[in-house]
Amino acid sequence: MTAMTPCGDWRASYAADTTIFPTRNSRIALLLGIVLLCCAPLVFDRYELSLLINIGFLGIAALGLNILVGFTGQISIGHAAFFGLGAFISAYLHERFHVPVLLCIPLAGLGTALIGLVFGAPAARLKGLYLAIATLAAQFILEDFFARAQWFTGGVAGRMTESPVLFGFAFDRDESYFYLTLAWVIIMFVGAANLMRTRDGRALVAVRDHYLSAEMMGINLAYYRTLSFGIASLYAGIGGALYAHYLLFVSVEAFNILFSIQFLGMVIIGGLGSVMGSLMGAAFMVMLPEVTQWGADLLAGSSIDRALKLGASISFLREMVVGAAIILFLIFEPDGLARRWRLIKAYWKLYPFSH
Amino acid sequence: MAEESPILAVEGVSLRFGGVRALTDVSFTVRPGEIFSIIGPNGAGKTSMVNCVSGRYRPTEGVVRFGGQDITRLGPNRRAGLGIGRTFQNLALFGHMSVLDNIMVGRHHLLKAGFLRGMLYWIGGAQTEELAHRREVEEIIDFLEIQPVRKAIAGTLPYGLRKRVELARAIALKPRLILLDEPMAGMNLEEKEDMARFITDLNEEWGMTVLMIEHDMGVVMDISHRVMVLDFGRKIAEGSPEAVMAHPEVKRAYLGKDLAEPEPAAA
Repeated sequence: MTAMTPCGDWRASYAADTTIFPTRNSRIALLLGIVLLCCAPLVFDRYELSLLINIGFLGIAALGLNILVGFTGQISIGHAAFFGLGAFISAYLHERFHVPVLLCIPLAGLGTALIGLVFGAPAARLKGLYLAIATLAAQFILEDFFARAQWFTGGVAGRMTESPVLFGFAFDRDESYFYLTLAWVIIMFVGAANLMRTRDGRALVAVRDHYLSAEMMGINLAYYRTLSFGIASLYAGIGGALYAHYLLFVSVEAFNILFSIQFLGMVIIGGLGSVMGSLMGAAFMVMLPEVTQWGADLLAGSSIDRALKLGASISFLREMVVGAAIILFLIFEPDGLARRWRLIKAYWKLYPFSH
Repeated sequence: MAEESPILAVEGVSLRFGGVRALTDVSFTVRPGEIFSIIGPNGAGKTSMVNCVSGRYRPTEGVVRFGGQDITRLGPNRRAGLGIGRTFQNLALFGHMSVLDNIMVGRHHLLKAGFLRGMLYWIGGAQTEELAHRREVEEIIDFLEIQPVRKAIAGTLPYGLRKRVELARAIALKPRLILLDEPMAGMNLEEKEDMARFITDLNEEWGMTVLMIEHDMGVVMDISHRVMVLDFGRKIAEGSPEAVMAHPEVKRAYLGKDLAEPEPAAA
């Protein structure tokens, strides 16, 4: 599919031809979207804001996984463990060394990236199913470490953390934390979009598409396979740190394999190999239980409700809906929401003459 | 052509896969600035030979020297930086990337910005570097006449164009020696003529040494300076196209023992 550009949109320089957002309208739409989001705390209540914040930090972590799975063509079923590692590192750095929380967040990202490089080392040699098993090992090793390393995680009791503070202003309410998350989302997503249009991003995709010829182009396969784990962990760590200082409490058992699978679900639903798709996937995963709940509330008292006992089984129902969504997307829209979004845009571009 | 030190010297290379002898004691040299073709019947070991040069295979015995340096044990990804580029017999493009990105991957070893500078893009010079290389890549695109498809996804292109994009990607490496594995396989006459023109231009105007495997004898005889013939992993002849064509062993390899004798001009 060639990029569709509107008639009359001529690029007169290479710089204009390599922008992240190709057309003027898309850039205006983006700015407008950010401005609208900045107004969100004025409109939404705390619960809705907390959903948005969740989408934010989960989206950052999902983007990391997408770089690993979607762009580099590898697999990880231990992403939640790295998310948790970021949360604990950030909380630990703050409590033990009194590092300001705002600095803890990037440091947690770097720390997680380093650990991620270690656990990513098998990727230099392993592929496919075997790599999946190796990352599964990472999941369990880290989970076990969280449970045992009392000094680091607080053990079963978990670890309390504090809100970020900047010049005496505390990001301790949903309204203010929302802006912090938004800023990180923008930084991390712009970073990924930039990465994908430069040397190392192309190298990652080349490794995915045809590793033999990538090697002939001078790409060191082992380096880039491991690096993609490092980058994925960086994103997971920053997402996890944002999670920690939002909830103010990190518990050991949150970062289990189910959470890892959920990350994979976000990436698949959002669109493998799409930067914005990661955010869409995270949004989908956060909103799906809400929609399920809403549907169950709507049916309350009806015959369906009586037959299925929706009220009592809503928590199971949520899990089932997530599973069903992944399966349905794999069958009907393997390229995820990102592709659907492109199709919708293409449809409106040609609107009255869509065929 | 004056006798210069060879750009590529293959000395006594043998390659075995278990009991299969893909190559047996093959030696040849490629001089700077020439078009050197390897021909031979199917399964003769031509691609194995090129794979030994590009680093895909490690020869069981023998030495491969590039510009005087022993590269026999060098990893394939290190050879791009030395100046060896190649195309593949079966298309090996990055199917989901645009044509432009495919070619830019060829610049990999010439670009310096790592992932951190890449993520920062505007700060740290990644953008400047990208744009400078984009300019050079556009010259390759112009040369190979693939301007209309530069934004197309490589996997969606027709076969002849994909071959051309693959050549573009190999040129983007700025190689001193370019290995072409059947650049004309499966093309129609017009596409073959274009490709032959590109290869001679590459050689004469861009100054690249070409090592080529090709089955189309017309092309091989027209554009090669020297030809080597492999049969069952052994070198049976080497020399100018005319000399090789007249060689009795070559006729035997291509036509069989009986036919080779009465009709000399058949191949």
